[in-house]
Amino acid sequence: MSKIKKITGMRLFLPIFCMILVMAVNILYDVASGNFALNFFTISVRNGVLYGRLIDILNRGSEIAILAIGMTLVVSASAGTDISVGSVMSLAASFCCMLLAGYGVSSTNDLAVPLLVGVLGGVLLACVCGAFNGFLVAYLNVQPMVATLILYSAARAIGLLLCNNLIVYVREDSFKMIGGYLGFIPTPIVIAAVCILIVAVILKKTALGLYIQSVGINKKASRIAGLNSSRIIFLCYVVCGLVAGIAGIVASSRISSADSNNIGLNYELDAILSVALGGNSLGGGKFNLAGSIIGAYTIQAITTTLYALGVSSDVAPVYKAIIVIIIVTIQAPPFKAYMKKRSAKKALAKGGAAA
Amino acid sequence: MKRKIVSVLVCAAMVATMAVGCGSSSTDTSSDAAATTEDAAAEEDAAATEDAAATDDAAAADGDVITVGFAQVGHESDWRTASTQSCQDVFSAENGYDLQFVDCDNDSAVQLEAVRGFIEQQVDYIIIDPIVTTGWDMVLTECEDAGIPVIVIDRTIEDSDKYVAWVGTDSKAEGLAAGEWLKAYAEAKDISELNILVIEGTTGASAQIGRTEGFNEIAEREGWNIIDSQTGDFTQEGGQTVMESYCKSYEGQFNVVVCQNDNEAFGAMDAMTAAGVSYGVDGDVILISFDGCRAALEYAMDGQINAVIECNPMAAPIVEEVIQALEAGEEPVAEQYVPGSYFTGDDSVTSIEVNGEAKEMTIVTPELLETRPF
Repeated sequence: MSKIKKITGMRLFLPIFCMILVMAVNILYDVASGNFALNFFTISVRNGVLYGRLIDILNRGSEIAILAIGMTLVVSASAGTDISVGSVMSLAASFCCMLLAGYGVSSTNDLAVPLLVGVLGGVLLACVCGAFNGFLVAYLNVQPMVATLILYSAARAIGLLLCNNLIVYVREDSFKMIGGYLGFIPTPIVIAAVCILIVAVILKKTALGLYIQSVGINKKASRIAGLNSSRIIFLCYVVCGLVAGIAGIVASSRISSADSNNIGLNYELDAILSVALGGNSLGGGKFNLAGSIIGAYTIQAITTTLYALGVSSDVAPVYKAIIVIIIVTIQAPPFKAYMKKRSAKKALAKGGAAA
Repeated sequence: MKRKIVSVLVCAAMVATMAVGCGSSSTDTSSDAAATTEDAAAEEDAAATEDAAATDDAAAADGDVITVGFAQVGHESDWRTASTQSCQDVFSAENGYDLQFVDCDNDSAVQLEAVRGFIEQQVDYIIIDPIVTTGWDMVLTECEDAGIPVIVIDRTIEDSDKYVAWVGTDSKAEGLAAGEWLKAYAEAKDISELNILVIEGTTGASAQIGRTEGFNEIAEREGWNIIDSQTGDFTQEGGQTVMESYCKSYEGQFNVVVCQNDNEAFGAMDAMTAAGVSYGVDGDVILISFDGCRAALEYAMDGQINAVIECNPMAAPIVEEVIQALEAGEEPVAEQYVPGSYFTGDDSVTSIEVNGEAKEMTIVTPELLETRPF
């Protein structure tokens, strides 16, 4: 009993539990349709690359997972969300493709500049966007939602300008590789893993994580205690821009083009949702990066599951909404309190009967 | 101070967005100047006689410039750009037109404003590619009161009939054509059993509804097995994701993939390559795509896509016919379709019968690609 309690008491228990719940649906489905029960979880090597639904989840979930890193930090430090990430993704992708193809070129098979220049250019521009947001929020004290609303509406449009209102195709193998395969592993998985690892190590090995949390809990008190609160918030937004840039380039490489109208569309909402699903408070303060990452992959798991079940495209969003409602309810404090009270009552009744 | 900075930034962002909207059209740079001269001309006209509409007719009959206002959806795809280009070519100054072009950037409020702007400018004709199907009655009544005929192109208006004509593509016929081609191809290649996967467009879009309806009609008639049908949102990533899932769910069970636009087909090709499924003329899977942008035709030429059903954006020539009919005082045809062509990379099917009409299958050649407008 105490062992179970110990496990259920862990901070990551609920996010992981929810993800397992989503995936368990697939076992039921496979059994019901007479397939091998673990069909969904089978990973094989096909055509020289990893192949399987789990790989799909990890692969397709990469962008949201990468975004979730930045979003978690922003939410924690400034108690607000950065709603510009999707547009910034699109801008970074457009700029990168514009550099690679040359201005005004709509389709190219060779690169105009070295790949690294294009990618760094895109990522740097995204960092500038992050710095812009950060400056507004940290130094001008603009509400995060309002501050990031500017780039939310403008970044995508700037991307279109950069691409001369065209969808720029870069059909070149080294660029395609970013969204393709590195050896036998899909590259986005590797990129996401590296990003997560770097940020996790920095947060663990330095006091930065603690600083961010303390700024999020009480900005004034942190300043009095000697932290440069504004600079820390600024930094979080720059990181958020950086990861948005990386995610944008991955998304653009996947389709080997800069489709500024569609890249990163509504991703900001998924990124915010993954932070929430990870059990983090959107009110700032304490955060749990691992939770957000799990949240991100949970969202992708829902999407992939709906595809696997062959849910008709018209009703898929309804199912998605229902699942999200259930997950959020399970994690809501009043629900948790209610469950606690119930189990306490049960224990009391048991105790009463024994006496 | 802080508020001022923010408001300045927000304004800057809005200006930037607008600049993008304007940037897509080359004639727009001169549109302000054109608008003022046009206004002046209209005033003179109004001074001459009291009835503005009558003046317009008279002016047109005298061989004066015909002013046309065009409220375009936006510039979200190559197809849309080609549609805009077609209008700009047909309604050019050389042809005796003055085109007032507004790119509405997929914002229906902007589009309503644009149409009201046209009424204020007293243009002779208004062309609308409606972003949304409803909410038009009021503004179209205003057009009617002002005596300006409205021509709707491409998409449809459902809550008002106060327009003189509609010109657009027949997406159901496109779906039928895809079915008829598949039937002929299967017969030519002696394929007895067709197991079909469909990647649909954005749910509720008229192209998605029409193409699905048309293709399903043939599939039902021929008794084909449509295994699954999911939406790829008309995007490359959508097509990629759906196909990736299809490859796993229906491994080895399908031999036809129908993508409801070119971008989805590109995505599906990526996904099938990654899963080791061969497609195209020499492959195991027959791939059909709609729209017919240049890249898709290039793939068709290489034999990677078996058939491309075109959705023709060149509505403007037909719109001009309507306008000329109105100028001549005739009743224009209320509903007209822009004819589309059908493309393929190989010669196994040369012609198909759609809606009882024989249609030729065009084989894509490098020369043909040169002449393609989009």
